[in-house]
Amino acid sequence: MQVKLNGEARELPEAMTILQLLEWLKVRRDTVAVEVNREIIPRARHGDRRLEEDDVVEVVTFVGGG
Amino acid sequence: MAEDKSAPGTAHDLLRIGQRTFRSRLFVGTGKYLSLEIMKQALDASGAQVVTVAVRRMALADRPGETLLDYIDRSRYTILPNTAGCYSADEAVRTARLGREAGLSEMVKLEVLGDERTLLPDPIETLKATEILVKEGFSVLVYTSDDPIIARKLEAAGAASVMPAGAPIGSGQGILNPNNIRIIMESAKVPIIVDAGVGTASDVVSAMELGVDGVLLNTGVAHAKDPVAMARAMKHAVEAGRLAWQAGRIPRKLYAKASSPQKDF
Repeated sequence: MQVKLNGEARELPEAMTILQLLEWLKVRRDTVAVEVNREIIPRARHGDRRLEEDDVVEVVTFVGGG
Repeated sequence: MAEDKSAPGTAHDLLRIGQRTFRSRLFVGTGKYLSLEIMKQALDASGAQVVTVAVRRMALADRPGETLLDYIDRSRYTILPNTAGCYSADEAVRTARLGREAGLSEMVKLEVLGDERTLLPDPIETLKATEILVKEGFSVLVYTSDDPIIARKLEAAGAASVMPAGAPIGSGQGILNPNNIRIIMESAKVPIIVDAGVGTASDVVSAMELGVDGVLLNTGVAHAKDPVAMARAMKHAVEAGRLAWQAGRIPRKLYAKASSPQKDF
């Protein structure tokens, strides 16, 4: 299944939820926010929300800034 | 010794922003440091309780390594996500929402800029974004120019703090228009925090001596030759300026006035 992840086309090994995606990416979950098709998916729903073909996914976090 | 009721950084002189209170009146950014270790030491030396961060796409290609948050003790610092790099109200609102989701805090440093060359605030988009975010329950600390009229409108729109620039971002020029800051202070009911443009400790003292409630800075520390030492200097500068403002300075006079008796010798 293909999605657009942080601006790039990515082939996912299988259908997955956001939670599974973050685990697959080995991403720390405590300081990320995830948007799917411009809608923020709250952390509590990461386990329920299944990704679909061609979803546009943004995974953001904090970086240094003023 | 009698307790000093006016001492900065004590329970008697707290900074209140929305529902939160802080002892330190210095807010520091986390950008532009040579290393995260130096940043960590500088944050520590600054005594700041609020640190700003930017919200960005996570670098997914990299091996999972150390991240900024590994170097920020969240039990000690309040994370203030910013909307830096946004040039419209829509972008800034989106970034603020993402920052709230990532950080689980209602505070946001709203920054909507006009163009990349000057990095000056876009007052119209800034006001629009403030209105939206306030409705959504954010505690909005809003970066703006030193224009007293815009500052008043941002406060009326519900900003928790108005943060006029001392000078353009990263310019280190100091407080370019103290008169405007003074006019902003006259009518403001929310905390006024000078954000951006300070280059060294004396700039921070000058800002605090105007009676502003705090200073937010980043480059002045991060790009100093010794960021940790400069962070310490900024901490003292905020406290010195606060004390001097509370103490009340003497009027400026054209002519000398002797400090020692002039007769009876």
